[in-house]
Amino acid sequence: MRFLLDAEQRAFAASLDALLTAAGTPAVIRDWSRGDHAGGRALWSRVADAGVFALAVPEAYEGLGPRPVELAVAFVELGRHAVPGPLVETVTAAALLAGADPGTAERLLPALASGEAMATVAPEGAHALDGDAAAVRIAWAPGRIRLSPGHGPVRPSLDPARRLTPLLPGGDVLGLPTDEALTWARLTTAAQALGVGLALLDRTVGYVKQRTQFGVPVGSFQAVKHRLADAKIALEFARPLVFGAALTMEPADAAAAKAAACEAAYTTARTALHLHGAIGYTAEYGLSLWLTKARALRTAWGAPEECRALVVSATGDRRW
Amino acid sequence: MDLAFSPADEAFRAEAREWLHAHVPRAPLPSLETEEGFAAHRSWEAELAADRWSVVNWPARYGGRDAGLLRWLLFEEEYWAADAPGRVGQNGIQLLAPTLLDHGTEEQQARILPPMASGEVVWAQAWSEPEAGSDLASLRARAVRTNGGWLLTGQKTWSSRAAFADHAFGLFRSDPDAARPHQGLTYLMFGLRAPGVTVRPIARLDGKPAFAELFLDEVFVPDEDVIGEPGRGWRIAMSTAGNERGLMLRSPGRFLASARRLEELWRRRGRPAAARDRVADALIGARAYRLFTYAAASRLLDGESVGPESSLNKVFWSELDIALHETALDLLGPEGEMADTEWAERYVFALAGPLYAGTNEIQRDIIAERLLGLPKGRR
Ligand SMILES: Cc1cc2nc3c(=O)[nH]c(=O)nc-3n(C[C@H](O)[C@H](O)[C@H](O)COP(=O)(O)OP(=O)(O)OC[C@H]3O[C@@H](n4cnc5c(N)ncnc54)[C@H](O)[C@@H]3O)c2cc1C
Repeated sequence: MRFLLDAEQRAFAASLDALLTAAGTPAVIRDWSRGDHAGGRALWSRVADAGVFALAVPEAYEGLGPRPVELAVAFVELGRHAVPGPLVETVTAAALLAGADPGTAERLLPALASGEAMATVAPEGAHALDGDAAAVRIAWAPGRIRLSPGHGPVRPSLDPARRLTPLLPGGDVLGLPTDEALTWARLTTAAQALGVGLALLDRTVGYVKQRTQFGVPVGSFQAVKHRLADAKIALEFARPLVFGAALTMEPADAAAAKAAACEAAYTTARTALHLHGAIGYTAEYGLSLWLTKARALRTAWGAPEECRALVVSATGDRRW
Repeated sequence: MDLAFSPADEAFRAEAREWLHAHVPRAPLPSLETEEGFAAHRSWEAELAADRWSVVNWPARYGGRDAGLLRWLLFEEEYWAADAPGRVGQNGIQLLAPTLLDHGTEEQQARILPPMASGEVVWAQAWSEPEAGSDLASLRARAVRTNGGWLLTGQKTWSSRAAFADHAFGLFRSDPDAARPHQGLTYLMFGLRAPGVTVRPIARLDGKPAFAELFLDEVFVPDEDVIGEPGRGWRIAMSTAGNERGLMLRSPGRFLASARRLEELWRRRGRPAAARDRVADALIGARAYRLFTYAAASRLLDGESVGPESSLNKVFWSELDIALHETALDLLGPEGEMADTEWAERYVFALAGPLYAGTNEIQRDIIAERLLGLPKGRR
């Protein structure tokens, strides 16, 4: 038992962090929000070159995976930098396609692994994330998954960087959906949310150290400190749930991680907004890029109650 | 990164489980916080110690099994899962013993640890004073040099289990002229039935004498009962205070077992939808604390130290414990009001979590200043 990232995993996180920092994500995110995908696609291919999507694709289809722990590491970084695009959905699609017939898998998976194509997935009838940018659009119904031939008009999300699109009916049936794919979706959403929360905490700590009122940094006030301490506690206890779920890949473990990480990120967002004062409430200030994502991720791939319901309905010899 | 235990560790776990299965009393013991319960729990400690299960992580020569940190965690999981009795010796075992193992003399270790392991001598912590709570360094009880030792005078309070315990350890001001309040303190041990000591039990919320005040009037302590160097008591006490809020005081096993008991109660009550999320949160919280602790243990085994991170634990488990027990009492409905149930006993115990071992406000200050790097301010 050694429940810590090893040196290679930590180096992977650090290299992604460096790549994303250098990429100047805020401008990319704002373009993406307006439907200008050029910068986002360029960033996507750099992320893919770092191996991120290949981690979700089996070796048989030109991937490196499946490697859930490394994926979780990557998604924390993607969340910390608020990278836009159907990240979780591409991983989820890869998990679904890995279970489809070999012909389909062979046709679609290598392009996902290499970053050449983005994918999106949504339950039948729901809005899919970034269907206008994705080349592979999967509609998920009980008993079958279907390759949608296209998407309808874009609807805005509370997070401007998330563009929501209905998927057109028709298209080939690819096979059966799997619970495992949902576990991948929840795990990566949880990791992404954790990253979003960590970024919000970091930025807020930086801000309250530098913003002065009454002649002192507002970060020296105990009421401010304690809210940030609570955010830190929530995030630090969500982290092991995320990596624990990556190790077991049990549906209830991923649901627990999703509930805790999204809750932690969301309360951190509320704290971050509050402690920034009015400037935090503006769209042009960079904080907004993370604030709105924390809200959106909370209900993506399983609202809090849905995840909690799964936790208490889990059976078997759980030694939680 | 993995969560798999070695076959040897699993064998240790299985051995502990079997022993507990065979020995844990069928009926719960009377409350630890009563005279009768105290005696019953002392006998239970002796039974544990007879088969060397009372202090598994200690060196074998003092009654342990040299089991190491991971096996201690596994033992704790089994212990609480088996619904075994609360530990009457915990203050000594978890607070004093690590200090003695780090800073005590060999003579002190050999003299003090074995009877502590067997429950023959139960220890109380005498740190707090009426005027020194969160600001512990403002303590005033004195230690005055005398021939071959020290004379202790002053008042200590809130000393858990001191009503029935045998000995106590605490900090005393040995140099009233020291430049700073943290200096000139000496860490000493004394007998609760020594001449000059008056113990006045204090009833906690439910009326049980769970702690006590100690009045000390020139109580003689020989030099061999000073821990570490005189005047350096603060550092010595703080070097192991991390244990109190960190993983040693409240192992995850305890909360895992409580959360599972809560889940069971919820199922038995027909799975009321209104409580579902709170039950799930208790399970999630217990799992989070378990995995967090495994990560901390992995770091310790890598040779790192835990430090101010133990404050994260303290706030987390104390709040989890209260939420969990409140949910249980709510599920019980009007029955939850009954004071003579285990749920009620545990609830009353949980209520104190945010207060002792440094209040949660103090822990949040530590987190903000030492983990987040926020500026110190007027408190
Ligand atoms: C069940 C129980 C068992 C205990 N067992 C022991 C024991 O065995 N041995 C022992 O020595 N002690 C023991 N204690 C005492 C415990 O350590 C103290 O209660 C604790 O340190 C708080 O001190 P206080 O009660 O004097 O509260 P105070 O320090 O008077 O605090 C009162 C309130 O003010 C808040 N406060 C104080 N300072 C600050 C600050 N700087 N910032 C923000 N808020 C602040 C506190 O958080 C608290 O909410 C026990 C207490 C309890 C409840």
